[in-house]
Amino acid sequence: MKWIASALLAAFLLLLPLFAGDFYINLASQILIAAIFALSLNLLVGFGGMTSLGHASYLGVAAYLSALLASRYGFGHGMAAIISITGTVATAAFFGVIALRATGLGFLMITLALSQVLWGLAYRMSNVTNGDNGIAGLTRPMPFGILLDSAAAFYWFALIVACFAFLMMAIFVSSSFGSSLKGVRDQPRRMAALGFNPWMIRWITFVYAGFWGGISGLLYVYYNKYIHPTSLSTTSSAEALLSVIAGGSGTLGGPVVGATLVLLLKNYASAYIERWNMLLGLVFLFIVLVMPTGIVPGLAKLTARFRKGSQ
Amino acid sequence: MTPPTSEYALEIIGLNKAFGGLRVTQDISLKIRQGERRLIIGPNGAGKTTLFNQISGDMRPNSGQIRLFGTDVTTLAPYRRAHLGLSRTYQIITLFTGDTLEQNVTLGLLGLLPSRWQMWRPLSSYGHLTTEARRTLDTVGLLHLADHPISEIAYGEKRRVELAMALAQRPRVLLLDEPLAGLSNSERSTVKALIASISRQTTVIMIEHDMDTALDLAETVTLLNYGRVIVDGARDAVIADERTREVYLGN
Repeated sequence: MKWIASALLAAFLLLLPLFAGDFYINLASQILIAAIFALSLNLLVGFGGMTSLGHASYLGVAAYLSALLASRYGFGHGMAAIISITGTVATAAFFGVIALRATGLGFLMITLALSQVLWGLAYRMSNVTNGDNGIAGLTRPMPFGILLDSAAAFYWFALIVACFAFLMMAIFVSSSFGSSLKGVRDQPRRMAALGFNPWMIRWITFVYAGFWGGISGLLYVYYNKYIHPTSLSTTSSAEALLSVIAGGSGTLGGPVVGATLVLLLKNYASAYIERWNMLLGLVFLFIVLVMPTGIVPGLAKLTARFRKGSQ
Repeated sequence: MTPPTSEYALEIIGLNKAFGGLRVTQDISLKIRQGERRLIIGPNGAGKTTLFNQISGDMRPNSGQIRLFGTDVTTLAPYRRAHLGLSRTYQIITLFTGDTLEQNVTLGLLGLLPSRWQMWRPLSSYGHLTTEARRTLDTVGLLHLADHPISEIAYGEKRRVELAMALAQRPRVLLLDEPLAGLSNSERSTVKALIASISRQTTVIMIEHDMDTALDLAETVTLLNYGRVIVDGARDAVIADERTREVYLGN
């Protein structure tokens, strides 16, 4: 049963461009990018117990670096990608050292403040970043000479990256390091007494999450061929946090479901209502009230109850 | 670095700790030999657990020194002390409730191994660790519950898992914070036998209120009151001491 469902899902994802129009293919690409972003945030929020409101920093840094290197300094996409990801990881390593001086609410506020600094820079340092105008006229890379300009080609590219990212993060959280991370989330004192270094475990996870945030940032700028300071804004971080919590933090499927939900609402509802954020808020409220642990764990509980009932 | 050797497993020299105006540890000095069984007693609020917290590194003293096998560990992080052979249990149970008993003990074993940094293989794939975890669960008489989550087992069993997690690490110094608290009579004798069977390679320091059971296990006793050492020495001498009766045992 489970196999059939997975096979159907895989076939659907793989063959989507063959039966869907460009609008839907593009929407699917955006969902994939948002899913990677939410998954990376979930490493912190769900598995590490570190609720961050500044995760857009890593998406934004990677996107801006890549945009600047490619458009202004004439780097090739490959080189630009490597430098941007290195820069993003370095940023995460540095921000991690600062933010992890605190836990809980303090951590949240520091991540928020740090991302606000970057947002401010993107806005005000207009001689470099073009400020509010953003950087336009970017191109997509051509991996192995394949043109990614069509909606379908880009979708498949994003799908490959997203599947790889999902797999890597799944391996990460189920590894023995992942077990230590969950241990530090639940009982930091006990973990330290057992010989684990809670700070280092948190910091490594922070940097790793920053890395995947950076990957989603690259896809983001390739997709849009444009970058604007809003991608670094708190709204951008909060949207991802919303996806994680609505979908189910600490689960692998949750952030994907959450990101899908947020993007569907954003794209559909915004066509009908101007204040689609309000609708998003109401949907979020509904989810939290009905399934406080998120959609994925909530549905799992429901099906378990259903199965028990039918026996 | 080869650590300096010492005949003492643990030396505490002039330790002081205050919370604001409340002096919870006042000039405490203790020497505990390797392999010794030391019982720490005292009325509630005497500063017993606070002392443990300073030994394990959860709390920093304001002044004084703590030496583990001759190495000064006063400013060392808790996890570094664990790697020097220090292990502890908690008065309030701190287990991973969603995980099984086996997973809890395996995690305890992982803490001292380099593979705790390993990001590819799941913890459950370390066959020798799970075997070792199950062996330790067997010694505390909980092997039959190894695959149950912590949330499903009884309080007394949780206390034994606490002990198993500490024992699995084969510590050189083991701090037991009220290992018998809240146990039934039969559980007490089980845990007592268990503590008695701990190898002499391990130095055991225990806080316990149940004197009937704990005194049998101890060779030396330290009586604390208001954060001070009142009496300290061989078990019988401390029990016979007038001050012990006054402070603790009652007249």
